[in-house]
Amino acid sequence: MTYREAVREGLREALRSDPRVFLMGEDVGKYGGPYACSKGFLDEFGPDRIRDTPLSENTFVGAGIGAALGGLRPIVEVMTVNFSLLALDQIVNNAATIRHMSGGQFGIPLVVRMATGAGRQVAAQHSHSLEGWFAHIPGITVLTPATIPDAKGMLLAALQQPDPVFIFEHAYLYPTEGELDEQAGAVDIRHAIVRRAGTDMSIITFGGSVWKALAAADQLATDGIEADVIDLRVLRPLDMATILASVSKTHRAVIVDEGWRTGSFAAEISARIVEGGFYELDGPVQRVCSAEVPIPYPKHLEDAALPNVDRIVQAVRSLVSP
Amino acid sequence: MKEQPATDSRIPPRSRALDLLRQMIRIRRFEEKAAELYSAGKIRGFLHLYIGEEAIAVGAMQALRPEDAIVATYREHGHALARGTPMGPLMAELYGKANGCSRGRGGSMHFFDASRRFYGGLAIVGGGLAIAVGLALADQLRKRPSVTACFFGEGAVAEGAFHESMNLAALWKLPVLFICENNLYAMGTALVRSESMTDIAAKAAAYGIPGEAVDGMDVLAVEAAAKRATERVRAGGGPSLLECKTYRFRAHSMYDPELYRSKTEVEEWKTHGPIVSFEGRMREWKCLTSEDLSAIEAAVRAEIDEAVAFAERGEWEPLEELTKDVYTANVNSET
Repeated sequence: MTYREAVREGLREALRSDPRVFLMGEDVGKYGGPYACSKGFLDEFGPDRIRDTPLSENTFVGAGIGAALGGLRPIVEVMTVNFSLLALDQIVNNAATIRHMSGGQFGIPLVVRMATGAGRQVAAQHSHSLEGWFAHIPGITVLTPATIPDAKGMLLAALQQPDPVFIFEHAYLYPTEGELDEQAGAVDIRHAIVRRAGTDMSIITFGGSVWKALAAADQLATDGIEADVIDLRVLRPLDMATILASVSKTHRAVIVDEGWRTGSFAAEISARIVEGGFYELDGPVQRVCSAEVPIPYPKHLEDAALPNVDRIVQAVRSLVSP
Repeated sequence: MKEQPATDSRIPPRSRALDLLRQMIRIRRFEEKAAELYSAGKIRGFLHLYIGEEAIAVGAMQALRPEDAIVATYREHGHALARGTPMGPLMAELYGKANGCSRGRGGSMHFFDASRRFYGGLAIVGGGLAIAVGLALADQLRKRPSVTACFFGEGAVAEGAFHESMNLAALWKLPVLFICENNLYAMGTALVRSESMTDIAAKAAAYGIPGEAVDGMDVLAVEAAAKRATERVRAGGGPSLLECKTYRFRAHSMYDPELYRSKTEVEEWKTHGPIVSFEGRMREWKCLTSEDLSAIEAAVRAEIDEAVAFAERGEWEPLEELTKDVYTANVNSET
């Protein structure tokens, strides 16, 4: 099954099992979803529950907040992370604040999904990785499913949360294939996971970069360098315990983040490793991030701008001699 | 004094007129007290007073039922009072005390009251419009006969959120009553300096929404228009827009030196303010005596004294609760 199908299964299961759940967003209905995640749903669930919205990101995200306040369980699809910037007012000023500002009277059980990331030659306004920005905001949960079980299970888990959850699906992952157990359901959305165990290096990453990190770790293993690959899964609240446990074992860390290096989520992790695990380190924390450039259209430039297996391998080698 | 006979439908029964007057005076005096407490340093932050606009909250609220929802702005003291939230928790909220209506975390701009479906108290101009659309969507999908009333200022009309929300509400025929409180100034910028077309009620037509402008200084006119609009919304007619033409007698906030308008303009508006003009009409109808007024003022004064005492004896929220209610579960993002 593909990542896309896993998302679809999650959506379908959510819509079937809870009448309060509905999906809205640009092109989710008649068109079938910009990434085909809701193809056929309009026929299956009807226009009340599969709602095409106008190109009004701020208002349909805000309407999701209102609908959540009104007792529903909205899933709002924002086509891509770049478009979510139009909805930042509602996300930052309302979704993230109302529970606290109302003294706990009002919760917002809202799920917002969007595609993020580069690698498909769609140029600078459709390729950015801004999930690190969202992770800056207290009051929201930020999820980055990298695997097939997470693509389905994080959505189901998010719907059980009484607070707003933002799910960033890397656009490059939709066609990727993997196994999904028939019984697979909601997954833990509080913890990072070690996707590959090693003793020489902690490679810390999330989302689409997980697979690059795993490929790099395989390559390094042929040289005798065994890397822990940590998939953060949840950027907020961040599971530092898993990171620090790994660094305490390996004493070295490379962070891979498709966001820009300056002010990146990788910077946050790096700082926290230094704060909490400085004396465990045998060398400086290294970061592999996107080049400081709006993502270019031509393939060779786009490839050069993004973290890749070679750059991860080089960063690791700069810290460990086999 | 006897009840007025209902010969003229525009003249309300005496008890009802007295109630409307009492509610407006209650808001006025609450806010005068708030201004006084602000000067005394008891209340801090931004304090946006509603003085001069009381007829809108009181009039519009007459059209709403307990099951209806309300979304308001940062100038929402009057809406909360007219909705029935007790004065004590509102005053305590101004103080920032834990017995405030939002546990003191919101202050003047963020009154919330779940028990009365009062969803703020929102301080981003135009930010409440989309939330109102969503609340109405929830009511529509759950087949509840509720209306969501969304108060906003005329400054919000310049925001894209206004147009997006009108469009979505009309497209989905949602039960929302948009109530524009047009007090002519977005902070210090006059409407004519910021809008190419200043007839706000007319803008509704672009979305196929019925729009009506009403004298926002006349509590009965607001009430009647709100009832007409609410009935239409409740009957499944989709959203309606009501533009209430009003004026604030005070500055935008306590920080505002008010350099953008003349004192004579303000004084001129005060002569036909909502309270003074309604009092005058009640006297014409012979349903208001000086004793009535004294009784109202005394009762309101006592209520305010009690509210201040409630706020004064309120506790500060314990420091260990600083990060409470960021998430429902006590999620520690520092782990």
